[in-house]
Amino acid sequence: MSDVKSVILVGVGGQGAILISKIMTSGLIQAGLDVKQSEVHGMAQRGGSVSTQVRWGKKVYGPVFGEGEADILVALEKMEALRYAKFLKPDGVAIINDYQMHSMSTATGAEEYPADPIGAMKKCFSTIVVDAAKIAMDLGNPRCMNVVLFGAMCDSLGADGIDWEKVVAATVPQKAVDINIKAFRAGREAAKA
Amino acid sequence: MKQLLSGNEAIARGAYEAGISVCSAYPGTPSTEILENIAQYKGEMYAEWAPNEKVAAEVAYGAAVAGSRALCAMKIVGLNVAADPFFTAGYMGVKGAYIVVSADDPSCHSSQNEQDNRHYARAAKVACIEPSDSQECKDFVALAADISEQFDTPVLFRVTTRVCHSKSLVELGERTEHAPATPYARDTRKYICAPANAYLNHPLVEERLRKLTEYGNTTAVELGLNKVELAGSKIGVISAGIAYQYAKEAFPEGTSFLKLGLTYPLPDKLIREFASKVEKLYVVEELDGFMEDQIKAMGIPCTGKELIGNMYELNAQLVRERVFGIKNPTKTPDAAPAKRPPALCPGCPHRGFFYTLAQNKNYVVTGDIGCYTLGFAAPLSCMDVCICMGGGFTTGMGMSKAFAAQGITDKVIFGCMGDSTFFHSGITGAAEIIYNNGRLIPVVLDNRITGMTGHQENPGTGFTLQGDPAPMLSVENTLTALGFAPVFVVDPQDLSAMKKAADDAVTALNSGAHPAIVTKRPCLLVKRYKFRPSMCSVDPDKCRSCKKCLKVGCPAIAIEGGKARIDRTQCVGCTVCAQVCPFGAISKEEN
Repeated sequence: MSDVKSVILVGVGGQGAILISKIMTSGLIQAGLDVKQSEVHGMAQRGGSVSTQVRWGKKVYGPVFGEGEADILVALEKMEALRYAKFLKPDGVAIINDYQMHSMSTATGAEEYPADPIGAMKKCFSTIVVDAAKIAMDLGNPRCMNVVLFGAMCDSLGADGIDWEKVVAATVPQKAVDINIKAFRAGREAAKA
Repeated sequence: MKQLLSGNEAIARGAYEAGISVCSAYPGTPSTEILENIAQYKGEMYAEWAPNEKVAAEVAYGAAVAGSRALCAMKIVGLNVAADPFFTAGYMGVKGAYIVVSADDPSCHSSQNEQDNRHYARAAKVACIEPSDSQECKDFVALAADISEQFDTPVLFRVTTRVCHSKSLVELGERTEHAPATPYARDTRKYICAPANAYLNHPLVEERLRKLTEYGNTTAVELGLNKVELAGSKIGVISAGIAYQYAKEAFPEGTSFLKLGLTYPLPDKLIREFASKVEKLYVVEELDGFMEDQIKAMGIPCTGKELIGNMYELNAQLVRERVFGIKNPTKTPDAAPAKRPPALCPGCPHRGFFYTLAQNKNYVVTGDIGCYTLGFAAPLSCMDVCICMGGGFTTGMGMSKAFAAQGITDKVIFGCMGDSTFFHSGITGAAEIIYNNGRLIPVVLDNRITGMTGHQENPGTGFTLQGDPAPMLSVENTLTALGFAPVFVVDPQDLSAMKKAADDAVTALNSGAHPAIVTKRPCLLVKRYKFRPSMCSVDPDKCRSCKKCLKVGCPAIAIEGGKARIDRTQCVGCTVCAQVCPFGAISKEEN
């Protein structure tokens, strides 16, 4: 059996999933692992549903994977967790930001926003829920919501021996290191709660 | 130390290392970042945004004729635009290397069809190279350049979305400068595509294919471009591009592989030899059975498309499921997500234009390719046709002639496209309207940038790809010079001005004039225009829940608890919703 681990990051275009995958891949490469990452650009970025896949191991072939293959699903928006749930292994872990963004069809009332996406995910999967938006807001910068979420997921990666704090500091813009380290720690703590 | 590069970044690095010195492209997903990354090597490589892909292909070809190594890049459908020079370049050949990168898009992530551009290599009788990860993207550019010069051929460098936008580790090398072997000299026999020359060229093209086939059988294997990986005699797989990665993962240990980097012409002897060493032969490729059909025509039994299918992207799981019937277990939550299609951003200048036209049911809108294609989507629902770049004016032209033939007089056609698209291939359509007396109103949605692909410069923005100042071509002056009058220039975010411009243009059209409209407001994501966001909010006491504000299709407004509510993290204060509210319930907050 291959040792390859797979993560799918999902959310809404513009939420910052790319920075999470950048932190993740930097750490994994420094640990000497083979890493592949795939993302989608263009049309879907305009407020649409987006996903990024990251895989690592001794040797990785495909940069993307199919249904039932992800060890971890990270949702920056909670309805998006439902959309991509089929990619998660039955014993995989879902890490969900307790954050709701309307889509055009729920905003106009053409469709209902699902009543309890987190509850529905909890019934199927081992699930960690973090209110990353609130944590980021309390820290004084709503834009570091993604780093809070990375903090919440990092201990589920099973990539031990990586000093993630150091990796975060080296990946985010120099002037934003302090706030992002705080965001990272807060997310990591919240996931343990 | 190895670096994590996307395929596009790696192609750019490969161009640098291969001593390529002239590069041209028109932005298009998934190819855009190739030229954006080449641009950073200013001084060593000239890189430009061309107005369209045909121009890019011609500029690169001219450079190759002059003896420099040249590359052009385009998205899947861009090669349709560039097909004319591409085919004839295949007959005339080159002096310096000539690489045409085609970024195909299986699963149509950002494209209007799913064409498999490897067919272009076969149709034009030129070499086709397909890398399967970022390291190969980089390394194969240098090999492509050598092949181009050695065999006097353009090389189609075919990549796909998952190659372009996946990141994998790459070992970098140094740049090798490339100077032409001989000084430039006029060669009319070679570089004039007169019919007499073309006639003489065809046998040379056929001879070239024979030589390339032999190269694929021999040298390409020595160079690692084609690879034989013998592991067992039971199952053999022939694959190429990203499909190779999926097949490596999906097939059991002990499977032998023939991985092709040169996929046209196919190496016949190599394939026969490989096929003879395995009991069961599979061909795994995305989209069409491009290799499989040719291998079957060679009389070699193999299995591929009948199991794998010829539509959409693959992944290892799909290959495993379709070839071996193994499906992963999954769980389905008992709640379903609502759709989340892309939408025009909050504050997008196109919103006011589409909202205004959507109010008149007699307006027909022929659209084009760009962010504004999203004008078709509910609730704006304001577009009738959109076929290709530059088609916005001309499909409207054809409709106007058909309506005239059918005696339909109450419809008014607005043909619309963005500024970058206007410079791409809209100007010829505008000339068509004047020349053949079209009864339609061309509209250029001028947001001063190439939007959808992520803000690239164009002839209207005042800057080149490598950051030099450039003349700002004026859309309105171009329309005036072509013969349009009156030309209305309007801020589309001012709904009353937008409606007046549309009404006045219709009046002018009905009086026999050739009016045109230019909606002018920069995309608010363009940094150089220093947009200052503000905020609109709803007074719940004044909101009567009429939902009229939802008709503008802004992602920042929703009805919550029966009243309109504006999401403060998304609103930028454009006031389009406030202008449509009949009760004055929405207002812009004072900063």
